[in-house]
Amino acid sequence: MTVLETQGFKLDNSGKRVVVDPVCRIEGHMRVEVNIDDKNVIRNAVSTGTMWRGLEVILKGRDPRDAWAFTERICGVCTGTHALTSVRAVEDALAIQIPENANIIRNLMQLNLYIHDHLVHFYHLHALDWVDVVSALKADPKKTSELAQSISSWPLSSPGYFRDVQNRLKKFVESGQLGPFMNGYWGNPAYKLPPEANLMAVTHYLEALDFQKDIVKVHTIFGGKNPHPNWLVGGVPCAINLEGTGAVGAINMERLNLVSSIIDRCIDFIDNVYIPDLKAIASFYKDWTYGGGISSQALLSYGDIPDKANDYSASSLLLPRGAIIGGDLTKIHEVDLKDPEQIQEFVAHSWYKYADESKGLHPFDGITEPHFELGKNTKGTKTRIESLDEAGKYSWIKAPRWRGNAMEVGPLARYVIGYVQKNPEFKEPVDKLLSDLGLPLQAIFSTLGRTAARGLEASWAAHKSRYFFDKLIANLKAGDLNTANIDKWEPSKWPAETKGAGFTEAPRGALGHWIKIKDGRIDNYQAVVPTTWNGGPRDDKGQIGAFEASLMNTPVAKPDEPLEILRTLHSFDPCLACSTHVMAPDGQEMASVKVR
Amino acid sequence: MTETFYEVLRRQGITRRSFMKFCSLTATSLGLGSAFVPKIAHALENKPRTPVIWLHGLECTCCSESFIRSAHPLTKDVVLSMLSLDYDDTLMAAAGHQAEAIIEEVKKKYKGNYIVAVEGNPPLNEDGMFCIHGGRPFVEVLKETCADAKAIISWGACASYGCVQAAKPNPTRATPVHKVITDKPIVRVPGCPPIAEVMTGVVTYMLTFDKIPELDRQGRPKMFYGQRIHDKCYRRPHFDAGQFVENWDDDAARKGYCLYKMGCKGPTTYNACSSMRWNGGVSWPVQSGHGCIGCSEDGFWDKGSFYDRVTDIKQFAIEGNADKVGGTAAGVVGAAVAAHAAVTALARARSDKQGDNQNSGDKQ
Repeated sequence: MTVLETQGFKLDNSGKRVVVDPVCRIEGHMRVEVNIDDKNVIRNAVSTGTMWRGLEVILKGRDPRDAWAFTERICGVCTGTHALTSVRAVEDALAIQIPENANIIRNLMQLNLYIHDHLVHFYHLHALDWVDVVSALKADPKKTSELAQSISSWPLSSPGYFRDVQNRLKKFVESGQLGPFMNGYWGNPAYKLPPEANLMAVTHYLEALDFQKDIVKVHTIFGGKNPHPNWLVGGVPCAINLEGTGAVGAINMERLNLVSSIIDRCIDFIDNVYIPDLKAIASFYKDWTYGGGISSQALLSYGDIPDKANDYSASSLLLPRGAIIGGDLTKIHEVDLKDPEQIQEFVAHSWYKYADESKGLHPFDGITEPHFELGKNTKGTKTRIESLDEAGKYSWIKAPRWRGNAMEVGPLARYVIGYVQKNPEFKEPVDKLLSDLGLPLQAIFSTLGRTAARGLEASWAAHKSRYFFDKLIANLKAGDLNTANIDKWEPSKWPAETKGAGFTEAPRGALGHWIKIKDGRIDNYQAVVPTTWNGGPRDDKGQIGAFEASLMNTPVAKPDEPLEILRTLHSFDPCLACSTHVMAPDGQEMASVKVR
Repeated sequence: MTETFYEVLRRQGITRRSFMKFCSLTATSLGLGSAFVPKIAHALENKPRTPVIWLHGLECTCCSESFIRSAHPLTKDVVLSMLSLDYDDTLMAAAGHQAEAIIEEVKKKYKGNYIVAVEGNPPLNEDGMFCIHGGRPFVEVLKETCADAKAIISWGACASYGCVQAAKPNPTRATPVHKVITDKPIVRVPGCPPIAEVMTGVVTYMLTFDKIPELDRQGRPKMFYGQRIHDKCYRRPHFDAGQFVENWDDDAARKGYCLYKMGCKGPTTYNACSSMRWNGGVSWPVQSGHGCIGCSEDGFWDKGSFYDRVTDIKQFAIEGNADKVGGTAAGVVGAAVAAHAAVTALARARSDKQGDNQNSGDKQ
């Protein structure tokens, strides 16, 4: 029964403990425990990553040119972003300059991931936190049609169309086999949409499911498949041949036309379905202002989408770069991935061991030794945990800190930083959305703000895809067909020892890879990923992470139905396979600890 | 009582005519002749929707992501009309206790009649606690859930072979499903991930014909994994002609020559990529200019760099050499194909006593 104060929150674990495990509709495995007081308000939150794979130890001793394929398998949802981060880290270490076309194609692939990932997140992982599927059965299709037509010119909006979908849904429910909708929280008072909005959203859930498979074809064209397209250190593997013999087997006019048509369809769907749905749903939840957590205090973005090839400085990056700390929205701090004082990881409450756990370690010098140990107040046994003890170690995720601060990363961080920088590409859509909804700027620091920023960013990414496609065509017109720089392909041309850092903004937030290369092999590989930032546990000083903070002080309508908890956690789009792979720089020692 | 698949379709407003068309498309997509159409129709008319429990171990969710990209059938139709996806932590509405209750319910209600689809694998080190599910080791949940299942599908390289987390030194002792579940029929559908339409093709085959598809010695469906990438590769004539890409983005790369020298693992990889291609047939790795990395083969992470040539062959451009590469690899990985010198599609068909398999191979 302790009350701890940190970051403006009072953590009180005296109330009833509620455990949610597994947290579903996320990537990977996660558990959350909260304490609720007698008014059903969350007063303590404990977020646990419940899987660990150890990829970096597996990378040790391998060919750095292969690392993209290994790290790409960190996550199949944000597929490609780890691969891109990896080739950037290797190129940084070896000072490889990539051709202009390669930069553009990589950007097109990364933006394509944003579009797909954000869309699938909104409709298939997050929507059911706001949308009551069963209520949709009560909707009047005619009124649904009126609603849809009042907010968008999307053509699939007739009463008959919604009636057909409703009939299919009705019969599905009547069959008694509810499939993925079984045991949902239907009818929970925290659902606020009228039946018509529910039917519209469920209809678009199905439409988006059909559409998303076409979005990723941009990856298939440039990378051969999706999930997990192919990448290349030094450029991109796809060669361009516009008019010569053999063009039919390369990137040619037909391939470019396909990419272009997909970009058009993405813009259309996002601007005429996703954004209107987002606004419509948000308009019914304006009073639900919870879930802000540390988003108004500490935000971090590395920036991404370099406009100029090989220029990863803030001026070239179209997604904003910087850090906000202490709630000071007037100052954007510069971020340097190689500064040992900035990014550090702590393990006081993580299932790893440091010699001195009061200190954090920079990724270049990190140590990771798995150490599964439960706190003394854990309820249950090692292999049958009833409730965890957050005073001890309780997660497979480390706790990364930026200059000692717990940070939130992701679309909201990017949008707030872009807003503070007065970048009109980010500021104007935020201002418009807020004024359309009649909300103050402060409203963005919330669960809904996170979800809204993601939607705005999907639209940004779709339009920016058009920009880069046009740029590609202009470059091709100028006669530049190059896609790869092979000057340093052969390891014999590499220095005996070197190190580098690569970064992207993954859809979920700041992603960094750090590599040390020795005698042509990987000597050390380390990744700090978005869900490590957001989902990490407490640090040695007791500071909580973004997930934990976001759940604080949220009332729950029904304590036995974790709808509000899921809603806020999902707003981060958690990716646990990403967050919990982080591994030792010294793989051999690590292996000897593990193998029994 | 559960309805038949056909009843569900009819109730959802699908006409008899559309239903027969669907059966015919199913036959085509499975590489079966028109004679099979009535057989499929009969099977669907009399079958209830089979419950599927989709579990996730150590994985990256690429298999789920691939599955939802299926173009035919559409994922929407698979989930709403063809099976009953009662548990899948990536997609399901419920969480925590409400989610876990579903597994118990399905086990009880459909004992012996549900399918468990496994994505990822259980780690055995640290008493299984490198993957925790409901406060318990995932391996326990896996064993309990499979106990009353009719059959198991091992999705992807993780469940089939171990994949990236099982690459050396496999710190968590990530273990393929068939080494933990030994008393159930298991279909392995390898690949990182498998092709979407291969995944839905395997499931719909099992639902339609109510049986496990014919498997090779590694437990892979022969219909999709019976042939090497190399043997169906559209760049194969360049291999035979001795025309190779020597460097990234060289003239040969722009002309679409063979990627063998860039490390392509097509000669040792059994998968459907070069025939079915990816994402609705848009392209596939070799077509996009990168060699095959062999992601559907056992232990493909530990076979040297993706840019190393598969073997040191001194001569190119003749059929015998190509098959020597494949033959050797087949021996190494223990594939079902006999390691004789000429493994052309024709020779295989002749020596194959199974008619179905012959059909499925030739019609791709």
